[in-house]
Amino acid sequence: MAVLIDRQTRLLVQGITGREGTFHAKQAAAYGTTVVGGVTPGKGGTTHEGWPVFNTVADCVRETGANASVIFVPPGGAADAILEAADAALPLAVCITEGIPVLDMMRVFAAIRGGRTRVIGPNCPGLITAEQAKAGIIPGHICKKGRVGIVSKSGTLTYEAIHQLTRNGLGQTTCIGIGGDPLIGTSFIDALSLFAADPETEAVVMIGEIGGNAEQDAAAWIKQHFNKPVVGFIAGQTAPPGRRMGHAGAIIAGGKGTAAEKMEALDQGGVRVVKSPADIGAAVKELLRA
Amino acid sequence: MKIHEYQAKAILARYGVPVPQGEIVFDADHAAAAAQRLGGGTVVVKAQIHAGGRGKGGGVKVVKNPDEARAAAAKIIGMQLVTHQTGPQGQKVQRVLVEQGLRIARELYLGLVLDRTTERPVMMASPDGGVEIEKVAEEHPERIFKAFIHPAIGLSAYQTRQLAFALGLEGAQVGQAAKLMTAVFDAFKATDASLVEINPLIVTEEGTLLALDAKMNFDDNALYRHPDVAELRDLSEEDPLEIDASKFSLNYIKLDGTIGCMVNGAGLAMATMDIIKLAGGEPANFLDVGGGANAEQIKNAFRILMADKAVRAVLINIFGGILRCDVLAEGVIAAVKDLGVPVPIVIRMEGTNVEKGKQMLRDSGLNFATADDMNEAAQKVVALGH
Repeated sequence: MAVLIDRQTRLLVQGITGREGTFHAKQAAAYGTTVVGGVTPGKGGTTHEGWPVFNTVADCVRETGANASVIFVPPGGAADAILEAADAALPLAVCITEGIPVLDMMRVFAAIRGGRTRVIGPNCPGLITAEQAKAGIIPGHICKKGRVGIVSKSGTLTYEAIHQLTRNGLGQTTCIGIGGDPLIGTSFIDALSLFAADPETEAVVMIGEIGGNAEQDAAAWIKQHFNKPVVGFIAGQTAPPGRRMGHAGAIIAGGKGTAAEKMEALDQGGVRVVKSPADIGAAVKELLRA
Repeated sequence: MKIHEYQAKAILARYGVPVPQGEIVFDADHAAAAAQRLGGGTVVVKAQIHAGGRGKGGGVKVVKNPDEARAAAAKIIGMQLVTHQTGPQGQKVQRVLVEQGLRIARELYLGLVLDRTTERPVMMASPDGGVEIEKVAEEHPERIFKAFIHPAIGLSAYQTRQLAFALGLEGAQVGQAAKLMTAVFDAFKATDASLVEINPLIVTEEGTLLALDAKMNFDDNALYRHPDVAELRDLSEEDPLEIDASKFSLNYIKLDGTIGCMVNGAGLAMATMDIIKLAGGEPANFLDVGGGANAEQIKNAFRILMADKAVRAVLINIFGGILRCDVLAEGVIAAVKDLGVPVPIVIRMEGTNVEKGKQMLRDSGLNFATADDMNEAAQKVVALGH
């Protein structure tokens, strides 16, 4: 089972001939993902590392039966790449690109919300279903098939959580990096709803960070709708206000979006909040044993 | 990116927002001359720094004539202006805006930001201008009026009327407000701003609306398509180490603690600061070397970390995905040999090629402490930093 991506996924890579696109297409294939081809405008009809390259996403979908896309396109063209994936009615478009102007993403979401395409990201590490398939840059070798889902705004902090779950013998179902930008395609609540419906996912790790109020919204939703144990961590407990901490969305503005506020909300929502990022794995283990 | 008030006013004026007449000057004599050109009567001399709260800190003076303008400018230029946003060390004032004095009947508030929840720009207006909007939001949320702007349609005329009437404007002022609000939205959209704030937006005794103060921030990700905006960056407002770091695509923010840290990824970097604090230390910085750092970047990162003299120990926390642990180890060893790092270093690494990386550290003959997890790493580095 797991969610969003599995052995049945037929992945296309937008920007497959670029350095990142090439590297991660190979990594995904090596992990067992069915990579069916890629898109680089102007290079249609050629092959790249054995994969067919197409000029448009529509061509690639028609010829290969792709049902998901991972986007490694530079920031200036990435918003357009998402629109193209949506236009081809792909059910899933995972945008790894960091640095897309936020007003571009605002227009993209205004155009495609309510349509057939679920967007993950942008500015995210993508997602992986342990021992099945991946779309993005999460290293496969740290994952182990298991019982816990992860939803996270961060990249390497997600790897940290994966590693701890693997070390604690719990393993993962699907790990979803939703991204650190102010506007993102899939929210915590969206990801949690998917995990709620997945029988293999017994517990969820939720990793947030300062900025905005997506974590608070998720906390309220969890209290009402989510019955599986959740362990939460919020990065940026020591972050100064008014400074952007790496991610475009990670900023305490006007005194709002602090870690303390989010941790309090999650606690109220029934989430087991850990103060230390080193305690994530142990906390899940404890909740699942209880 | 932030810019100065006078620069924000110039941009807004270009899109049709009425602003007071004024001139930017860098010394006292030019301030007097500017006051003379503005009619020789009452002017306001305003310190130009990026932080807010300038008036309370003594950076804004209302004066009656050019001589007083000279005296006020002489006092303000060169001062370390301390406000609630600068921190206790303050910010050195390099330039002042000399602006015509106006007779103010009302002080209103107008702001525009992107709302994450609705994924739309939201224009906010309040009759309570001149105070911080956060304070109004807390004490009188009912006195903030909002218009959510559809990305495809833009700011509609009816929305500007709703806001104008909510502000208690009447007669010709409603039309003025509509034009002004439309101009603010046009400027926001055209420059990829992340914030426009006019506080106060004044109604003069003559019944005219003007942006008496203005603040604009911009989306760093969009600066590549706005070279004219990027040019307004004032490096003297930024920390020299942060400027240095940005040249090497390193994301560095200087903090007040003593434990330096070097991490890959923004989330893990924040989490590393947090765990240092939990272990009883204070982080000296935020430093994200990025997902694909090379040996050269690692070396520069070290150089920047060590330029902060408060640093007493360094924690390197790397979860290798794309960045392989052996590449990291190579960079760290080269940097330490080259720079002769004088403080203890604790290294915690995990992920791709971790065993090879650890072996390289052991074989280097250098004195690194290593740790297997974040907890142990934080405890070790805090102990060594004492």
